[in-house]
Amino acid sequence: MHTQPPTPCSALDGILQHHGHRPTELLQILINAQQLEGWLPAPTLTYLAQALRLPRARVEGVAGFYSFLYTRPAGRFRVLFSDNITDRMLGNAELMDALCRKLWIEPGKLSEDGLVSIDATSCTGLCDQGPAMLVNGRAIGQLNHRRINEIAELIRQQRPLAQWPSEYFHIDDNIRRRDALLNLDMKPGAALASAIARGRAGWLAEMQASNLRGRGGAGFATAVKWSSARNAPGEPKVIVCNADEGEPGTFKDRVLLNTYADLVFEGMTLAAWAVGASEGFLYLRGEYSHLLPQLEAVLARRRAEGLLGMRILHEQGFDFDIRIHLGAGAYVCGEESALIESLEGKRGTPRIRPPFPVTCGYLGRPTVVNNVETLAKTCLIALQGGEAFAATGTAQSAGTKLLSISGDCAAPGIYEYPFGVSIARVLEDCGASDTQAVQVGGASGICLAGYEFQRRIAYEDVPTAGAFMIFDGTRDLFEVARSFVHFFAHESCGFCTPCRVGTALLKGFMDKLADGHGAQADLADIDWLDRLLKNASHCGLGSAAPNPVIDTLQKFRPAYERRLVSLDFEPAFDLDAALAEARQLTARDDPGAHLQTHEEGTP
Amino acid sequence: MSKQFLLDGQPVPFEDGQSILEAARKAGHYIPSLCWHKDFPAHGSCKLCIVKAAGRHVSACATPAKEGWEVESNTPEMNGERRGLLQMLFVEGNHFCPSCEKSGNCELQALGYEYEMLTSRFRHFYPDRPVDASHPDVLLDFNRCIFCELCVRASRDVDGKSVFALTGRGINKHLVVNAESGRLADTDFSKDDLAAHICPVGVILHKGPGFAVPIGERTYDTASIRSQKLKEEES
Ligand SMILES: Cc1cc2nc3c(=O)[nH]c(=O)nc-3n(C[C@H](O)[C@H](O)[C@H](O)COP(=O)(O)O)c2cc1C
Ligand code: SF4
Ligand code: SF4
Ligand code: FES
Ligand code: FES
Repeated sequence: MHTQPPTPCSALDGILQHHGHRPTELLQILINAQQLEGWLPAPTLTYLAQALRLPRARVEGVAGFYSFLYTRPAGRFRVLFSDNITDRMLGNAELMDALCRKLWIEPGKLSEDGLVSIDATSCTGLCDQGPAMLVNGRAIGQLNHRRINEIAELIRQQRPLAQWPSEYFHIDDNIRRRDALLNLDMKPGAALASAIARGRAGWLAEMQASNLRGRGGAGFATAVKWSSARNAPGEPKVIVCNADEGEPGTFKDRVLLNTYADLVFEGMTLAAWAVGASEGFLYLRGEYSHLLPQLEAVLARRRAEGLLGMRILHEQGFDFDIRIHLGAGAYVCGEESALIESLEGKRGTPRIRPPFPVTCGYLGRPTVVNNVETLAKTCLIALQGGEAFAATGTAQSAGTKLLSISGDCAAPGIYEYPFGVSIARVLEDCGASDTQAVQVGGASGICLAGYEFQRRIAYEDVPTAGAFMIFDGTRDLFEVARSFVHFFAHESCGFCTPCRVGTALLKGFMDKLADGHGAQADLADIDWLDRLLKNASHCGLGSAAPNPVIDTLQKFRPAYERRLVSLDFEPAFDLDAALAEARQLTARDDPGAHLQTHEEGTP
Repeated sequence: MSKQFLLDGQPVPFEDGQSILEAARKAGHYIPSLCWHKDFPAHGSCKLCIVKAAGRHVSACATPAKEGWEVESNTPEMNGERRGLLQMLFVEGNHFCPSCEKSGNCELQALGYEYEMLTSRFRHFYPDRPVDASHPDVLLDFNRCIFCELCVRASRDVDGKSVFALTGRGINKHLVVNAESGRLADTDFSKDDLAAHICPVGVILHKGPGFAVPIGERTYDTASIRSQKLKEEES
């Protein structure tokens, strides 16, 4: 019955064995299994389900959730163009088009010989060195026409990725401004030794004094989170480092993991010491899988140095180790409860809260989820004390913040500032001129117009997880918002009605406007959808999805209004577009083959 | 003395751990629901039960009641949002109620009437969702699925079979059955499973004589979903 050749079972057995046949490793197993043939044929899913004693439908459910898993044939070369607005501003559409033409294929389709498929993907976190792409999961930045020509040739020659020029895969840190964290030169284990000397309670007290707040977006007090997990019943407790970094325009966690991995892992171990946790996970977004070998090497070294494993630094009863779990293309998995579901090998659907992860997280155990930067910062606190840390920054925002700067400026990259720095100062430092707007905090953040550039980066003013995208006077803020709406529609997990349908509807309205078919009535509907998304969504993805539209509608309304037809109402059904197939079949595209659905050129 | 909160100004008693929705229904006040079922833990996906508690929007089915809370539910604002959510569910699938065997017994349709949904308001998605008629006793018409996962939960947690699961993401999310062929006939599903009787809309339909009870005389034809649900609560 099967038309596909079955995947060699011995290879699948090896993968299952490596993951101890644990159903919690299902996502990891699927990621590895896909490497065998570039996709996951139906018999492979059946085989894995049987081996793991899981219902097949559940395995299919998981495989269908993640963008980087394919349940239909994909090319031996799978090319995904990063499609953040910053990639678009650097001309990714033209490059994608060029590659498609050279390889004779259409975006989103597989070439007839099964050699290559080309598609777009959400922001890959290379905004400071874009346009970027992933080829079979490997990141390549700084694309230009020359590079695209070479890549087309390499694919045509079917040259394995390992033989591609190594400079393609070189990724820069682009650190432009250092402060406390990026200047820290710590001997691995020094922060831990200091925290152990203070005792668990003493170390937690130091954390309390530091006023450190989470750098992942919500700004929750880290010490409060840690002590809740410490006091919650249930063992063994779990520390998770959230390295999903899916917010468009954010890439500071990539740099920390590339060059400061010891600080991140030491921070996780410091959290384990405070909480009494013994199990740790780094949840690494699939886009950063190129970091995996070097991160595993750091973990191995830290184990050898007695900084992980049993009796850390000879402390009786301090046992903690870290495993790395890969994501597979799902922004929602950055939301902490969806992340935990994903860690358990499930679809990344956000849970009902309460209960919160600190009492009922991974496998029902108390679980701390912290951002990469938050954890790295705890090293500073262990070394210099909580009070010293609290003395920097602003009243409600202690310490420094890493900003990922991209878009229209001379020097994109990573900038570390004490909290309280003004937007204007940042713009000056990175060499931005004629700035029209700045999107702070990524697609779900806030769009600031010129009159707001004296505002400050701080939880009490402009909070941010770190993204800082700059748009100069030549940019169209409607198109910026539209690209973010597409992002949210693509990334909605689909669990709740308002976000699943609302983001798709919003995308439809924005596209209708972009096509020149928008009317006043559409702006009212957009308004109404914005409010429903904000109010009724199950998680932060849905409630943030309308932010770019709300902000730009308020601050850059002419960008919308000049797209409207003069009518109050224009139907969503586009008669002319419906004739496209007929035109293609008859090879006609003359004016007579088009319907005029509204009067053009009316003032 | 038991604890209480105010629902649209009226006191509602509750026990610790009880959700706003459960407490309200027990006290004879209707808050609508689609994905909630008294025999299962809250799911929280449809959002029909949305209320404003202490000024914040929450799902009544998934939010434990709190002493002294002021909860708004039967207000023009909340009912308007519910109407919008219903419109979303209607345009997302293919719902041709007049030709649907579930018409009159369908909770989605009944809620459409209850919340005075007169138009579908938004553009229709017209998704392509082929029907599965492979099983001898039961037909699956995926066109009407609202993703409440009641069949998923009933089959997994009560029938012990896991016949159903969701796959895909976002607007492309869809229901699949537990077989490599994708056909219900190739699963161990039976018409006597709880999952065969739990769908609130017209997806999981029993074959055999159709329209045995004429349209016009069905559950929600004779009385509103509001009064039916409150009556269920009493019995
Ligand atoms: C849709 C969504 C995506 C998120 N993505 C991330 C992420 O990529 N990285 C992150 O650290 N936090 C992310 N968060 C926030 C996390 O839920 C969580 O608050 C954070 O990891 C806690 O860490 P912190 O307290 O150290 O900030 C996301 C939240 C939402 C709602
Ligand atoms: S808001 Fe969106 S992402 Fe969040 S649960 Fe609902 S559908 Fe999923
Ligand atoms: S088939 Fe019915 S019960 Fe199952 S998820 Fe869809 S609407 Fe709910
Ligand atoms: S009934 Fe509460 S979300 Fe569906
Ligand atoms: S009337 Fe057919 S699904 Fe409700």
